[in-house]
Amino acid sequence: MGGGDLAGAIAIGFAAGIVSGMVGVGGGVLFVPGLVLFLDQSQLRAESTSLLAIVIVAFVGAWRQRGYGNVRVRDGIIVGLLSPLGVAAGTGLANAVSERVLELSFAAVQLYFAWQLARRALRPSEG
Amino acid sequence: MSPRLVRLAVIATGAGAFSGLFGVGGGTIIVPLLILWLGYEEREATGTSLAAIVIIAAMAAAAQGLYGNVDVAKAALIGVPAVGGVVAGTALQQRVSTRVVSGAFAVLLVVSAILLIF
Repeated sequence: MGGGDLAGAIAIGFAAGIVSGMVGVGGGVLFVPGLVLFLDQSQLRAESTSLLAIVIVAFVGAWRQRGYGNVRVRDGIIVGLLSPLGVAAGTGLANAVSERVLELSFAAVQLYFAWQLARRALRPSEG
Repeated sequence: MSPRLVRLAVIATGAGAFSGLFGVGGGTIIVPLLILWLGYEEREATGTSLAAIVIIAAMAAAAQGLYGNVDVAKAALIGVPAVGGVVAGTALQQRVSTRVVSGAFAVLLVVSAILLIF
């Protein structure tokens, strides 16, 4: 790993944190490519390592947001604790259909959400 | 179960599936659905999403750790600068309008969808 790779990893990590804080995601969408490109990890290891980085970032982000009064703790815990069901369902589904089908269906879901949120962003009255 | 709890359970299931499949936290499922289904205000949705992600990612990371797939040093290398980023990002978020948050999220979703397609 050269100095450029180190600087790249730090820069993409910082960018992932900004995105995480701004829009409430874990930052995995940037961590995973960052780990592959700058820190020489395989896709599987990058996805796994990304999860640990996400824990750190989401914890600090949730703590900051709680200070700003933006966390409904009970709902957050419910969604967190009920997720293993989804992980099991997702794993089962992944083995039943091809990964390509999953990727394309998730992409379709995300584009639908994007459309819905874009409409909110463009709504006439300020919220 | 109340309809509200059913909705939270569906969000949790979708986020868990997404997290397990792609090694992310599931926020791209949680945030839009808290806003669209449960009437959350944008900042509340993002803050609550982060709290849920802590639990989801911790469980998923522990599971991957058992397979020996987690590199702690590299997670720190990319995660520590991200802590600085998230403190800045949450502070910045308090200063912009909710429509900027919605718009930024829509852009992130499109980028993420494009990455999934290609």
